[in-house]
This record gives sequence, C-alpha cells and structure tokens, in this order.
Amino acid sequence: MSSTDSLDKARPERASEFSLDLERRGLREAAAEWWVKVRSGEPGALPSIIGLIVLGAIFYFSVSSQFLSSYNLGTVPGQGAYIAVIALGLVLVLLLGEIDLSAGTSGGACATIAAVAVNSGHLHHGLPDLFYWCLVIGMVAAIGVAVWLKVWLGAALALIGEVLILTNLTQHLVVAMIMAICVGAAIGILNGVLVAKVGIPSFVATLALFLAWGGVVKFGLKNQPIGVSGYNFWHDLTYGNLTPTISWIFTIVLVVAYLGWTTFRSIRLARAGLAHEALDLVLVRGGLLTVVAIVVTVWAVRNRNPSAASYLLIQGIPVPAAIAIVLMIVCTLALTKTTWGRHLYATGGNAEAAHRAGIDVVKIKVSAFMLCSMFAALGGILLASYQSSVALDLGSGNVLLFSVAAAVIGGTSLFGGRGRPRDAILGALVITVIPYGLSLKPSIDPAWQEVITGIVLLLAASVDAISRRRAPRL
Amino acid sequence: MTEPILKITGLNKSFGPVHVLHDVDLSLYPGEVTALVGDNGAGKSTLVKCIAGINSIDTGQIAFEGRPVTISDPRHATALGIEFVYQDLALADNLDITQNMFLGRETTKLGWFLSDGEMEQKARETLASLSVRTVSSVRQSVARLSGGQRQTVAIAKAVLWNSKVVFLDEPTAALGVAQTAEVLALVRRLADQGLAVVLISHNMNDVMQVSDRVAALYLGRVAAEVQTRETSTTQIVELITSGRSGDIGLTPAEARENI
Ligand SMILES: Nc1ncnc2c1ncn2[C@@H]1O[C@H](COP(=O)(O)OP(=O)(O)OP(=O)(O)O)[C@@H](O)[C@H]1O
Ligand SMILES: [Mg+2]
Repeated sequence: MSSTDSLDKARPERASEFSLDLERRGLREAAAEWWVKVRSGEPGALPSIIGLIVLGAIFYFSVSSQFLSSYNLGTVPGQGAYIAVIALGLVLVLLLGEIDLSAGTSGGACATIAAVAVNSGHLHHGLPDLFYWCLVIGMVAAIGVAVWLKVWLGAALALIGEVLILTNLTQHLVVAMIMAICVGAAIGILNGVLVAKVGIPSFVATLALFLAWGGVVKFGLKNQPIGVSGYNFWHDLTYGNLTPTISWIFTIVLVVAYLGWTTFRSIRLARAGLAHEALDLVLVRGGLLTVVAIVVTVWAVRNRNPSAASYLLIQGIPVPAAIAIVLMIVCTLALTKTTWGRHLYATGGNAEAAHRAGIDVVKIKVSAFMLCSMFAALGGILLASYQSSVALDLGSGNVLLFSVAAAVIGGTSLFGGRGRPRDAILGALVITVIPYGLSLKPSIDPAWQEVITGIVLLLAASVDAISRRRAPRL
Repeated sequence: MTEPILKITGLNKSFGPVHVLHDVDLSLYPGEVTALVGDNGAGKSTLVKCIAGINSIDTGQIAFEGRPVTISDPRHATALGIEFVYQDLALADNLDITQNMFLGRETTKLGWFLSDGEMEQKARETLASLSVRTVSSVRQSVARLSGGQRQTVAIAKAVLWNSKVVFLDEPTAALGVAQTAEVLALVRRLADQGLAVVLISHNMNDVMQVSDRVAALYLGRVAAEVQTRETSTTQIVELITSGRSGDIGLTPAEARENI
C-alpha cells in the first residue's frame, strides 16, 4: 500500500556495509580473525598441538631422550595409523551428532574376510559355508538398499565388492583389500539404514553391531588367527617406507598442489572482485607449510637405522604416514569444498533446517555411515598389519574407544556440527604418543597408558567445555 | 480478477486424533499480499508446512498456476518457486550466514565443488538490499546473531531466489521498529514485483498497512477472506476471536462444532 512507499524512499544508501567482509584478506586480518576465534571459544587445533608438545616434553625429559630418536619417531605413524584412519571415519559420523561404536569390530570383520580370501585362495572354501552365503546375500541387500536410498556410490561399491567375491579375484591381496573396503561400505549402509531410516539411536544400533561383528571375526577365522606378516604388501602398510625418491615426489606434489591451488584461487577471486585471501597471506602460509614439509622430508629420507654396523637402510616417509595424510586431505576437501560436505555439516547442526532446505537427510546420514565403515575396514587392515596377524579379537577392546578419544581430543564435538579431519589425525598422534613414550622405559608399568590417556581425554574435554562456554549457543 | 497462482482447496490435516485443518480453501494471486491471521494454535504454521511439503496432507488439492501439484518434499515446493520463512527459524547454527542462505542450493562449479566467493558476494548484495545494517560479515556464524538478525537472514534466504510465491510466518515477531518497517516495505516490494506474498502476523497494524486481502483462520477453518480496504481492525479481530463478524464468517453452528 502507498504508506510503505515512503519507507522505501527513506531507505538510506549505505556504502560501507559488512565492514568485516574485506575484499582483500591479508596476513594481518587472518591473524586477527584467528585470535578472535581462539578467544571466543573456537581454539581449533591449538589445544591438541599444545598437548602434543607438553606430552613430548614430559616424555623427553622425564622418561627417555630416546623419545626423539629418528628410529623411534619413525615408528610412530605405524603405531597410530589405524587409530587415525578409524578416527577419520568417525569424524564424519560424529559431525552428524551420531556415533559408530562398531567401527573397530566391523573393521576387524572386513580385514578378516580379506585375510581368509588370500590365505585360503578361495573365499568360498576359506569361510564357513553359512558365512559365505550371508556375505554374498548381504552384499546384494546392500546394493538394493543403496539404490532405494539413492546412495549411488554405496551401490557401486557394494556391487564391486560382490563381483570381486563371486569372481574369486580376491585371492590376490590388493583385490582382497579393495573387497574388504567394499564390504565395509555395505556394513556402513546397514548402520546408516538402522539409524536414519529405522530410527534406532546410533549408540544402540552400533553397540549391538559392535558385539555382533566381534563374533563374526571369530567365525570367519574358524578360531584360527591368520598371520599376515608374510604378505609383503600387508606388512609394509605399517612397516614400509616410501623410497627417498618417492618420498620427495610425494612431498613436492602435495606442496606444489597446495601452493598452486591457493595462489590460483586468490588471483581468480581478486580478478572477479570477490572477497579473497591476499597473496601475502597465501605465500606466507604456503611458505611455512613448504618449509615444514621439506624439513620433515629431509629428516625422513635420512637413514634412521640406529645400528651403525647394520647395512640395512631405514629411510623414507613411512607408508602409514603417507596413507593418513592423503586420507586426511581427501576428507578435508570433501567436507569443505563439496556440497556433500556442506550438507553433512548442516545436517549435523540442524537436521530439520537441512530437511527444509531440501537436503536429503537420510541419504547424507547413510553416506556418512558408509564412509565411516569404509575407513574402519581400512583401519582393520592397518591394525592387522601392525599386529602382524588377524587375531581373534581384531578390532575389539579399546580400538574403537581410542579412536573416538582421538577425534574428541582433536576437537570434534560429540553433539554434531563441529569437527575436522585434521582433528582426527592430531588426536591420533596424541593417543599414540602416550604408549610410545611409556614404552621407552621398560620399568614403567604399561597400565599407565590407559590412565594417562584417560586424563588427557578429560583435559581435552574440559578445554572444549570451557571454551564453548564463551561461544554462544554452540 | 486474474488467475490464482496458488489455489488450495479442501485441505484437511490431522495430527493423530487432533484435526488441525478443516477443509481449508485459500487462493493466492500474483502481486497481492494476503495476510493470514488467526489465534495461537489456529493452524497457520501447520498450513504453511503442509504447502511446503514438511507436513503431509490428509486430503485436499493444491494447484499451482492452474495445474494440480503434489508437494511431498520441500524440494518440490522450491522447484515450483515457492519460498518459506518459517516461524521456528530453519537455520543451522554451525554454519555461517552465506552457507545458510544457500543451503541446499549452493552455487557450484563442476557440479560438486562449492563456489564460496560467488555465494558470499550474492549474500552480501541480498542483505544490503534488505538494508541490513547490523551484520558485519556474511561469514559470521548464525549462532552469534541476535533473534532479529537471524530472522533477517531467514528472510534474505527466501528472497535470494527468484520465486513466485513467498510465505512469511510471523517474520516481524522478533524485529525492532526499523527492521519491521524494512520487512514490511520488502513485503510490499515483493508483491509489487508480481509475487504472491503470504504474511502471517498477529500485529493488526502490520496487516492493515501492507496487505491487500486478509484470510482469517479460526480453529483450523477459514472463517473469512476479505479485502483489506473493505474491512477494519475491529472486524478482523472479531473474525480471529469468534470466527464471525456481522454477516460474514462461519455460521454459528460451524463455529460451535469446533469447540
Ligand atoms: N507436529 C505436530 N504434532 C501434533 N500437533 C501439532 C503439530 N504441529 C502443530 N500441532 C497442533 O496444531 C495446532 C495448530 O498449530 P500451529 O502451529 O499451526 O498454530 P499457529 O496458528 O501457527 O499458532 P501461532 O500463532 O501460535 O504460531 C496446535 O493445536 C498444535 O498443537
Ligand atoms: Mg505459528
């Protein structure tokens, strides 16, 4: 009506709206922004990095200076990779405010199937008959459910797994591992359906499956552990190193890709007149990363063998470190740069809002559970590699709890909506450094590991709770 | 009169034993602001959610531009060009303003990858066009916004898209004087651009000031649809509170039946 026209005209022109949305975000602004975040209750990676340094200092000065010996440090990635990988998957589910308690044993079950497949040469003969047919039918069911819920990636993975099983290509180790990860996808689809479609709280559904998969491992193994250190590829997942040349290629590819991409983005957005990171910020940050990467690589490619008499060279970036880094990067890109990641965060923050915005919440949840179980399967394979055998209790015990602790210590919220893949890796480092440091002095009772891990987790949770109190509504 | 862009006929909705909407008929016309009024619990928000595809419909038809449509999912409504600002604001607290405004409809390159710079730019333009003064960054998390600011973001989210019909469920309830005036001006501007706008409000001044027609909902029934310039605040209030006023509204029998 006419009376509102005056309001329209009265609308003053404003030139400087959004004072904080600088078109050009330089080093100074980024630093100020970071500091504001830390003070307002989003410390990010800071607590876990400080925690890592403090733990390291304590071990170095009061346990053994061997803490920093090259040889010993080189074994850390192998000891922690399975926790890091499982925790990476858990972050996806924790972001939804859900949990997957079955990740440890489901990963164990997947690794078991892979081990039986290569050990017996034929999955059908290696596994108990009933088990084999349940697997074959279960995979078909997973394909069906995934198609029904339009989780196409899940359907494709389950189909690949099924084909590999039926064609017995799984007698080859690498194929068997791919199949195990596909079986993980199918297991994850089951978790997702139970939680998102049937509506069972994820704590209960996955607790039940945690118990069930633990038994499945024993069935699959027919109560006979399978040693895997004889399979070079499997063994090397923990104990192998990239050759010095490949180590350098690995580092250079990552650094150049990062530098190139951030620089390109900065220039492109600046040209388009959009808010962007200024080149000083891009170059200083990228430069720091480059220096760190080069120092680490220089260190890693030197011979770490402590015995001067030995001719055996131990050098190069440990394979498990490379695996964890690549997976972390992939997860980070998927979560921050794709619509899927955005929708995952939104669903974790406010599922109703996500639904109203037209997001298929069920599909998002199922896909997160699916990926979590795939990471769990890889985690189970890494754990078997580390333990040199597929044991009857593979993935049970504290494996899952340590992985959850890693995610939480890194800064992932159990209430959903907050967390990053980086958290899982940093948290896994903290979790791994504790037994690593303690083992340096045989006179220390290893039982301290659990006590100290518990204390660290409590400290992390306290930092989180206290910092969150400053943050509004989150 | 032109053809209605959205026509609802005989809509019924129950939550279990509670019959919330009875045979609701409502027509929305392009270029018009329809005020939807009614007491607390009359069923206004439920009606909106039925049209949005959030609540399912028991019986009844919805026709959009003359064609019958089924809206069983929020995406269907969006695809038709119907936007909603919900009373219980549908924002994700862990995301920032831009991310919320584009949620579910992100600008992408190569199909999957987010174009955050472009989205921020557009969010800023839209907020500026709504004369939002108090938000200093579109990268701010919505958890840190005041109630009114959150409402503004929700409104901005709805007007970002070139829609044909906009439903605003009590958009000014948490707003200050200046912001309310801005939103009412916006409502009028949207209608003048040819959109059909539905404004749900308990504030009779707002209703009288900005609407072309008033539909009064009384205990889940449409008591009356009247032209704003042919009615008065007193008459609307009567329709809201008793379902009838003079010779318009529900028959005494109908009104009693609901109680
Ligand atoms: N999900 C639901 N389940 C059961 N009953 C519901 C549900 N949603 C709404 N109702 C009931 O439907 C009736 C109408 O609610 P509605 O929210 O539509 O009212 P309203 O007109 O929007 O009121 P207000 O002015 O307070 O916003 C109320 O009696 C309410 O209790
Ligand atoms: Mg309402």
